[in-house]
Parts: sequence; C-alpha cells; structure tokens
Amino acid sequence: MNPFRTHRGRLAPLDRVNVDTDQIIPKQFLKRIERTGFGQFLFYDWRFDTGGKRSAGFVLDEPRYQGASILIAGKNFGCGSSREHAVWALADFGFRAVISSSFADIFANNSTKNGFLAVRLSEAEAAELMRRSRECDDYQLTIDLERCEVRDDQGFRAQFPIDEFVRHCLLNGLDDIGLTLQHEAEIAAYEALHPVPQALHSPRA
Amino acid sequence: MPFRGPIYMMPAKKTLFEKIWEAHLVAQPSGRSPIVYIDLHLVHEVTSPQAFDGLRAAGRKVRQPSRTVATVDHNIPTEPRGTPITDLIAAKQIAALQANCKEFGVLLFDMDSPEQGIVHVIGPELGLTRPGMTIVCGDSHTSTHGAFGALAFGIGTSEVEHVLATQCLAQQTPKTMKVDVRGRLAEGVTAKDLALGIIGQIGTDGATGHVIEYAGEAVRALSMEGRMTLCNMSIEAGARAGMVAPDEITFAYVKGKRFAPRDGEWDKAVEYWRSLPTDEGAAFDKVVEIDAAQLCPFVTWGTNPGMVAPVTGRVPDVGSLKESDRRSTELALQYMGLEPGKRIEDIGIDRVFIGSCTNSRLEDLRAAARVAKGHHVNTNVRAMVVPGSQTVKRAAEQEGLHRIFLDAGFEWRESGCSMCLGMNPDILQPGERCASTSNRNFEGRQGRGGRTHLVSPMMAAAAAIAGHFTDIRNWKFQ
Repeated sequence: MNPFRTHRGRLAPLDRVNVDTDQIIPKQFLKRIERTGFGQFLFYDWRFDTGGKRSAGFVLDEPRYQGASILIAGKNFGCGSSREHAVWALADFGFRAVISSSFADIFANNSTKNGFLAVRLSEAEAAELMRRSRECDDYQLTIDLERCEVRDDQGFRAQFPIDEFVRHCLLNGLDDIGLTLQHEAEIAAYEALHPVPQALHSPRA
Repeated sequence: MPFRGPIYMMPAKKTLFEKIWEAHLVAQPSGRSPIVYIDLHLVHEVTSPQAFDGLRAAGRKVRQPSRTVATVDHNIPTEPRGTPITDLIAAKQIAALQANCKEFGVLLFDMDSPEQGIVHVIGPELGLTRPGMTIVCGDSHTSTHGAFGALAFGIGTSEVEHVLATQCLAQQTPKTMKVDVRGRLAEGVTAKDLALGIIGQIGTDGATGHVIEYAGEAVRALSMEGRMTLCNMSIEAGARAGMVAPDEITFAYVKGKRFAPRDGEWDKAVEYWRSLPTDEGAAFDKVVEIDAAQLCPFVTWGTNPGMVAPVTGRVPDVGSLKESDRRSTELALQYMGLEPGKRIEDIGIDRVFIGSCTNSRLEDLRAAARVAKGHHVNTNVRAMVVPGSQTVKRAAEQEGLHRIFLDAGFEWRESGCSMCLGMNPDILQPGERCASTSNRNFEGRQGRGGRTHLVSPMMAAAAAIAGHFTDIRNWKFQ
C-alpha cells in the first residue's frame, strides 16, 4: 500500500447526500477480475448517457475541476454495497481522498486498505469547503495526515478524527495482513482451543 | 451509610454482541484494533477474484479451507441451467471462482449443484450459519446471518483476502444499538415492513458504526425467515450488523441441517447457545423504540430505503419538507418520475420482482403464492419469481407453489441474485417501474433508468395482479 502523509490538490464538489456505491461504480463493471482500470467507469450513469457518450453538466467533467484529486460530498458517502471497486474507481480516477461529514462503515474500511483517505469533518466545515470549491477558481486544499488537519491558503483549518492505528498504517503504508500474521502464535493458540467443528468436515449426506 | 455489598463480585452484564465479540478475540495489541477470529467465511464470484490474486502474489494459502464456503450467485443467469452464459465477462468471473476454489481447496456450490443459491440463503439452509458464530462475506447483506444470534457483517475485497490468509480480521469495536419493537405486527404487516419502518424512522445512516440487536415481542414472534429479512436490511440503516438472540425457534431451524452439529456436539452447542442472549440490564450505546401497532405495509417512493411511505399514504410534498431534505427529495422524485403528493396506491407498475437475499425463502414464496392464487398478473405487468436457492425451488415445487405462480402468469426461474442488482440479464429497461422484494432502490440498481419500489412479497404479488400498489390488508384471497 502507498503511504499517505500529506496531499495537496484541487477540490471538486459533489453536492449530493447518501452517494451510494452503486452510483460510484455501477454493477455492470463489477464483472472484471482485476483491481485496476475502474476509473473510466466512475459515476458512470451520471457521467455518460446510455450510448456511452459524455452527458453534459456532471461536475467532475467541468473544465475547472479537471485534475481534481480531492472530492467533497454530502453526508453518508459510500453507503450500500460493500464493493471495494468503489474505492478502486475513485483512486484510479485520480482521487487520493474524499471529504464528507459521514461515511458508511464498509466504505471507510475499504478506503484505509487502499491508501485512500476518507476525511470526516463537521457538517459546517464540509459545507464551507463545498462553498469555497465552487466560488474560488482552482481551489487547492491540503490534507495533512500527520497533523490530522485540512487547510487551505485562505485561512481555513480544521482537524479530523481518525483511529490511531489506521492512521499509523496509512502513514507508513503498512500491509494489514502482515501485521495480523505477527500474531501467528496467538491465532494458532486460539485455533487449538477452537477446532473446526466435526460437522464442517463431514456433513450429513 | 448502609453496606451496599461488594459490587465487584457481580458478573458484568453483557449484550449478545459483547459475548460473541469477546469469545472471538484472538489478540488485543496495544494501540491497534483488536484481532477477531472468523468462524465462517462465505465467498462469491464478484468480490473474491482480486483477493485470491493477492494471495497468489504474496505466496499465501487459504488458512482454513474448511471454514470457507463458496457459491456463485451474483451474475449467473436465471434461465434454465445448462443454457450457455452469453455474457463472456461474467463467464470469466465464474470460471475464476471455480479455478480459485480448486487451487485453494475451498468447497464450492457451483452452477450445477443441487444446493447452489444466494450465499445468504444457502448458509442458513445448509446449517453453516449457527448462533454465536462470527461470519463474514464480501457482501453487505451478510448481516442476514445475524438472525441466528451470530455476528455477521459484510467486508470489502481487501478484507476478504485478509480473512482467507489469516482467518482473522483487525476490527475496531463497534457500538451497540437496541431496537426494541413493542407489541405485535398486525395481519398483512411483515418483517419487510418492520425493516422499512425502522429505516424510515432512523434513516439510512441511523445505525452507522453500530451493531443492532432487534428485540421485543414482535421480533420474538418472527419465524427464522422473518428474522433473516429483518437482519438483512440492517445495512440499509447503515448498521455494521443486525442480530436477534437465539431461542427455541432458532434451534428448531438449525437442527438436522446438513452442516449442523449432531449427536453429542448438538447438545453441547445448544447449551452454549442458551447462554448467548443479552443479560437483563445490560447497557447499549443507543436504544430505539418502535411501536409495532404504528406499522403498516410500506412502499418506498424514492432512491434510498429510508424514503418510504405507508401504502395508504402519499409521495411527500416537497414544499412541506425541511430545507435540508428538499433537494435530495426533489432529485429522487425526478429520477422516480413521480409528482409530489401522489397517492401511493395510484402508482402503476410495469415489472415485479419477487426474490433476493431479503425475500426469496420458502415462507416468502408461500406468502406471495397465497396472494396470487386464483388471480392473474395484470396485462401491463411482467412479473418474475426467483427462488433464493435450488433447495427453496425444489421445496416450493413440492408444494405446488410454482403451479400457482405459473397459472397466475408469473415467470418461475432458477436461483440467484437476479434483478436485485441486475448483474445478470434480468434488468429493468430505462423508465420501467418495478415493485421489488429486494433491498435497495438506488438509482439504476435494477437496471439503468429503472425505478424500484421496495415492498414485501405479499405487496409485490398484489401489485403484480392489480397493476398498481394496493393495500394487502384489503386483499380478496381466493
């Protein structure tokens, strides 16, 4: 996993609440067996018409938000399906982080496994950033994971909460599986006490 | 001052969740998330290929193949089995699961298996799902299995890989929420309506970060099928998981199932299961009370499961809403093609889908068949019934339910996730309006431009016949 320390980039506003993972990456693209290449399908049904032509007016396609690497959206971002493809699509499109006042649990979990940051701010702070990203041209934001801080060049500054261990893994790009396997002795001891039930080996006919 | 006695001698009062969580803690490294053991890992074709690739790349094995069970459900066609899969990308994904299960020694209930079905239907019916277990699957509706008093939750593909490699997960401890349903559900009001009523009350993020325990008279009175429907929808309220304490109804369901404990193991297991229910007086982080008498058959009108109204009600009048809800409601109504204030019973439909991990079990099909019997599907409606598994399908056919459906003009199909998420050929066309027993009415969920209204199996069957939503409590059963 790539470490995440500090990132500065253009902010793009998606002013909708309850953006579900079916919108982030529609189901027709989940049949791929790779982890890469999902960015072209991000928000597909909002960005493209049924013929595959670019629809007019979707915010990420406005010239002023080209190259944006931070997304800001309404509350309960990433709700619904557990598909990690949603995070893969956002990251592959070029985003490093998304800001919202709340995230669905599974989406937030999936983000951390991909070096992608789900930044939770208060509703008022998120609304302020949404406003600035619309009113200022080339609105740049810095997300500083070492200080757990979001800031801009015009004096905006806000702290965000994050689990200390998750932060540690993100800062250092640590592989979760490797960390758990450091506890091999404890896992083996647990398994010795809790063997696989007989019925799992020999089900009824 | 009176002597109060040594309170430290009192055993701590614990919730069902806490008992299961503590029994599965493998390690609690300081400054890190606890490491929790996973008893059962269910796998399907869509969220697993990248996880198996990750194992291969790192030279890892599946740590406990006998705790890992796979099936194909999400993108398989519901045409008669043996019909070639014309979607080549879907076929490739199914082939990848077959190859991965073979390579890593994982039991697979494949396309041609007499026990194939939706992963959350076959786990319980095979007796793989049991009280007190920790169960995960790369699917958000894993919460279904909580109906047995298990801790069951959905995970992403990275976590699928993590469980395959370690049989554990590093997880932050969730909070607990009790949903206490007072009183009993009235005739015609089902577990699905209870779930929609709860989500309508607390919102689609009302339980984020929490594990819900459903309690109260109405919940205790539900069958296992009803409890599964209720727990299934927990994720639609944002919950990490949903649970119901195990009782005699649970034990009777599990007993004799193919993978259930037997002989001496059974008695020992039941003794343990009886110790699981939440202790009297144990504390929850949040408590929500629901009055069962206030519930009725519900129909969703919008683009998330919290946008719901009684069948006797109306689509909201945007003007009467708070500013913060106005825009999302406007967007939803625009997508759904509905005018504000329209009566729910005046909404006509084009399609009906009876199926999904929410409502495709035998009891659901019986309920729908009871409504359909002696009637005929409206000429403007195409209606399909998709049993949750091959086992459900056989049992339904033994009872003659398929005859009732076919005589009434419903399609009777093979088992799978089907039109719940439209990854297979069963999809809505743009603008088509569907009464669906599934769990999500998100934009495009059942097909791009499709308009989904979530309802119970009885309400879906009644809508198929009437051609519009109609109150099941006034139905003329034949």
